[in-house]
Amino acid sequence: MTATTTREPDAPAPGGDRDEIILRLRGIGKEFFGNSVLRDIDLDVRAGEVHALVGENGAGKSTLMKIIAGVHRPDAGSVELDGSAVTFASPLAAQHAGVSTVFQEFNLLPERSVAENVYLGREPRRAGLVDRGRMHADTNRLLADLGLTGLESHQRVGSLSVAQQQIVEIVKAVSYDARFISMDEPTAALADQEVELLYELVRRLSGRGVAILYVSHRLKEIFDLCDTITVLKDGNHVLTTPTAEIDPDGLVRTMVGREFAGYFPDRDPSIVPGDVRLALDGVGNTQVDDVSFEVRAGEIVALAGLQGSGRTEIAHGIFGVAGFSRGRVLVGGRAVDVRSPRQAVRAGLALVTEDRKAEGLALGQSILANARLVLDAVIPRSADRRARRIPGILSSLELVAASQETEVQYLSGGNQQKVVLAKWLVTEPQVIVLDEPTRGIDVGAKRAVYDLMRELTANGVAVLFISSELPEVVAMADRILVMRDGLLAGQLPAGSDEETVMALATGAGVDSGEHLAVDLGAVSHTDDLPGTDGAGPHPDHPSRSTGPKEDR
Amino acid sequence: MTTVATRRELPVRAPRPSLLERLTAGGSWTVFALLLLVFVLIFVMNPSFAEPSSLMAFVKKAAPLVILAIGQYFVIVSGEFDLSVGSLVGAQVVIAAKVMDGQDELTWPVTALMIGFGLLVGLVNGLVTTLLKVPSFITTLGMMLVLYGAIRLWTGGAPTGALTEQFRQWGRGGIFGEPGQFQVPYALIVVVVLGVLAVLLMRRPFGRTLMATGDNDVAASYSGSPVWWVRTRAFLLSGFMATIAGILIGGYAGVTAQVGEGLEFMAITAVVLGGVVLGGGRGTVVAAMAGALTLEALFTLFNQLGLPSTIRPVVQGVIIIAAVAYAAMPRKARRRRPAVPPPSAAGDAAEPKEPAPTHA
Repeated sequence: MTATTTREPDAPAPGGDRDEIILRLRGIGKEFFGNSVLRDIDLDVRAGEVHALVGENGAGKSTLMKIIAGVHRPDAGSVELDGSAVTFASPLAAQHAGVSTVFQEFNLLPERSVAENVYLGREPRRAGLVDRGRMHADTNRLLADLGLTGLESHQRVGSLSVAQQQIVEIVKAVSYDARFISMDEPTAALADQEVELLYELVRRLSGRGVAILYVSHRLKEIFDLCDTITVLKDGNHVLTTPTAEIDPDGLVRTMVGREFAGYFPDRDPSIVPGDVRLALDGVGNTQVDDVSFEVRAGEIVALAGLQGSGRTEIAHGIFGVAGFSRGRVLVGGRAVDVRSPRQAVRAGLALVTEDRKAEGLALGQSILANARLVLDAVIPRSADRRARRIPGILSSLELVAASQETEVQYLSGGNQQKVVLAKWLVTEPQVIVLDEPTRGIDVGAKRAVYDLMRELTANGVAVLFISSELPEVVAMADRILVMRDGLLAGQLPAGSDEETVMALATGAGVDSGEHLAVDLGAVSHTDDLPGTDGAGPHPDHPSRSTGPKEDR
Repeated sequence: MTTVATRRELPVRAPRPSLLERLTAGGSWTVFALLLLVFVLIFVMNPSFAEPSSLMAFVKKAAPLVILAIGQYFVIVSGEFDLSVGSLVGAQVVIAAKVMDGQDELTWPVTALMIGFGLLVGLVNGLVTTLLKVPSFITTLGMMLVLYGAIRLWTGGAPTGALTEQFRQWGRGGIFGEPGQFQVPYALIVVVVLGVLAVLLMRRPFGRTLMATGDNDVAASYSGSPVWWVRTRAFLLSGFMATIAGILIGGYAGVTAQVGEGLEFMAITAVVLGGVVLGGGRGTVVAAMAGALTLEALFTLFNQLGLPSTIRPVVQGVIIIAAVAYAAMPRKARRRRPAVPPPSAAGDAAEPKEPAPTHA
């Protein structure tokens, strides 16, 4: 093992049994059908520690998590819990032993209450019937213990926000008296502001001595939250280090195994925005209202905002998934009435959807079948001819697969996203709407998406870029539009900093109030710093005048 | 294998696994192995079955089911069901007999009427399913009952009239050779033509869209596929195929009150036996046709073994359940073959996606 294992036994040591190793992995190896996925992995997770597990997609993080969770059996090595070797026969056995896992896909029943979800399958009983009173009382006690005042046991899970559902999932894990919890990208579906809620919960859990293994692609939260970082690459353990001893650049280098000359590609100054390609004029429906903006050829306009602020609804409105009932949409200067994605495609629009598995891909079909789906569905007559460009597009995106016949379900997230991109690129759209195009994909694939965006602008395509990740919004956009509560809260020029965007998105200092206190705290924090631009978080932007509308 | 260059084109086709691997890999190829096995057993039991005229008799008998399987395939691969085809076949035969009533000059007009009626039934099935959002299981179950009842109401319980000789030729006649001696049945020609057309259709943009719609209708819709019309066309094809099957059955077996009964389940069994996955998005039309042949051959084998015909529904039931259970098993053999060395950038290690453990 060539890994530079820098373990510091006395790094974070408040509390009594802080240094006690809860979970110890030694020499874990795993093969699938002769492909070695993990080789000789050592890992110690201590009580009260938040331990980040990072690596590109395919590095073996998920497999390692599944071994810990009892989903897979390791082919080599040992798992020790509290010093004694264990083998979990099933995820349930692991859970009962105090090892819980929060997977990326929610395993919640949307029509059932919080309490019913938390105690699913092991409801407290009285006389053979479910003791609902006790179940709700227990759940409320658990919620109170964890400081989750915003949640109540009887709420229907389907009515909760994504962040709250994620929290229910964690509460469920905690309810098994978990001593060890692993979380697979718990913030993948959350907006930046909601992430704070989760941070709070993670910190509280670690304060109670729970050992946490935290898998994430977001560097910021790794550095905000985690005490120790372990890097996997291609199934090998590369590095374990206290967070304090590495910086984000160093971490990315370690993960990727190569230098990134700047994480984001630079703007090409020779690209000057041309004609208006997409214009929204006072559009609205039940979700959004009075939104007007323009996107020019060769321009990247970002649409920022919190989850649920109406960004995706704008994309769906433009694309005819859930159309606008008011206002006008102009594509290439002509007013279009888009009532379906089919008409949108015909008008020269493309939409890379937020949820690539549910909305973007037919997972059981081949790469080629997915890449030519839009052609087949919309312009069958010239589909064969135009599909000839697909191999070239796939290779320019550096898609990695055995062949064009590979079913997309077997590709990594990044490669799946490249198939989605290829599907739209081959239609040669005038306007492309990218809704969270880098969600859940690895660093290398992210870079490919950013490069592609620059290339599109060079070819005169108008790009509307929806993202929850502020660093990429700030780095990539020529202009930033910020949504709040279904309205356009303002517009910021290129080069605005993340705090300004966040302030506008949360409405901090403007007409705040009902927004999360945690987040206001975070924002006001930045105001305390000397030298931040402007005393207030709302800079000199006239578009704030779009006040609250009553008809939502 | 070429090394990974910076801009490498993807191979168009995956390297082909060996024949044995394909036969045992589940999905489409298993059914061909099964078909072969059943035929070998039949030949062993009864060597005279291998004579051309016996084989052609078998083809004539099996043709309607093969055609129904083609129609059912389109609907199933798009993610729906069509339970109405059995009743539709029955209705078509009864309508033909009653309207035609043995008058030669009506043969072609009535055939056209039948095709129109079949398409109409398909259209109603399709529109009710896609626009009124009634699950196709219910839509076509309702259609099955409606047709069953309406035909009995109309005819007063017993079918009347007669099919013309010309009409019946499609089901029993043939070309090249003397009647009674060896002939190539029209039914075989019809099956081959429809089968080839179906294969070609599935390679056209329509077929690809149909398949993708069955796999993930949301993604298909977001890609500009008119999902309602794609699925409605699948039902139209099913209605058309049922009509053709009805013409052949009417010719082969004549007019009875029971004609067509149970054919919908035989067709679904055949398609499932061909490795086509219920729920859509997977399977080939050739395998569905092979599934129909296998089922018919199996019944022939049972006949030769002297088993009572009442065993058929039992076998069908077992096949449906077993085939669907088999399809639901993790497809180990379909794993990605490590044809590409693990790339350096954009890491994509061969880590098979396994379903996340459901509800702890």
